[in-house]
Amino acid sequence: MRELALNILDIAENSLRAGASLVQIRLCADFLKDEMTIAVEDNGCGMSKEMAASVTDPFTTTRTTRKVGMGVPLFKYSAESAGGTFRIRSEEGKGTCVTATYRIGHVDRMPLGDFGGVVLQLVTMNPQTDFLVTVQSGGQTGVLDTREIREILGEDIPLGAPEVRAFLKEYISENLVSIYGGRL
Amino acid sequence: MKSLEELRALREKMKSQTDNRSVAGADETVIKVGMATCGIAAGARPVLDAMLDEAEKRQLHNVSISQTGCIGLCRLEPIVEVFKDGQKYTYILMTPEKARKVIVDHVVNGNVCTDYLIGENS
Ligand SMILES: Nc1ncnc2c1ncn2[C@@H]1O[C@H](COP(=O)(O)OP(=O)(O)O)[C@@H](O)[C@H]1O
Ligand code: FES
Ligand SMILES: [Mg+2]
Repeated sequence: MRELALNILDIAENSLRAGASLVQIRLCADFLKDEMTIAVEDNGCGMSKEMAASVTDPFTTTRTTRKVGMGVPLFKYSAESAGGTFRIRSEEGKGTCVTATYRIGHVDRMPLGDFGGVVLQLVTMNPQTDFLVTVQSGGQTGVLDTREIREILGEDIPLGAPEVRAFLKEYISENLVSIYGGRL
Repeated sequence: MKSLEELRALREKMKSQTDNRSVAGADETVIKVGMATCGIAAGARPVLDAMLDEAEKRQLHNVSISQTGCIGLCRLEPIVEVFKDGQKYTYILMTPEKARKVIVDHVVNGNVCTDYLIGENS
């Protein structure tokens, strides 16, 4: 992956596959502390402790017969190679929370990339799932909650309708991306 | 700044418009873009965006574009599957430019882009 936003998309796709009805994505950037946090939390099927461990380090833990996925290891690598940390918390039947931190100024930190575009794709292409996206930086917070949006739109207008999509594109840019000023 | 108030107004406007969108019927074209790790890493997102953009520009109402998981052909990603006229067409190693061409040539004009099909060049 060349952009952290693509890792976020990939990790959120795991949540969708886990049958989550709500996926929460949080992005916090503290420029004074030089620290950025990305978290993806879902209420999907979750994993056992062993499973979570083997998914995170597929080559050091006992191999099972399942094919090795690269999504979680790539996300972990993106954080640990940029002076950050990685954590996965999961409980069977409850859900999963994946958190990565980064040193913003680290030479090997990948750029965030098109975070707004990824959020737009997630919320417009997944009518079965709700998303709560929060961006925090410099004492400001921006929120996109698809439950709120759906309530306004009613049942007959999907979030992917061209007019709604155009609205959401601007909404995301003005209410989420503007919080960190696009400088990540 | 865009607010949810504006969304309310938009909804009223959309509701009052007589719905002239054709209902998806048997002639619907279904397009699926592979969005698993390999697909994303190989550039599936710009491919998906290009297809959505081209379909919207041309007001194609009988086309449904969605994403799908692993298609199992990592080195051929980004992959786009087109289901049209009861057939499945698998386009491989896609780019935004190729994706727009598939919409125009294949979906709109019915000329399959054979150069991009799996098996032709792989
Ligand atoms: N949020 C999640 N909820 C439940 N299971 C998950 C979640 N994230 C990852 N997993 C499990 O870990 C596996 C590996 O994930 P990943 O590294 O992204 O590779 P892949 O998605 O290609 O399998 C998934 O197949 C799934 O079984
Ligand atoms: S694992 Fe590569 S396309 Fe699915
Ligand atoms: Mg995955």
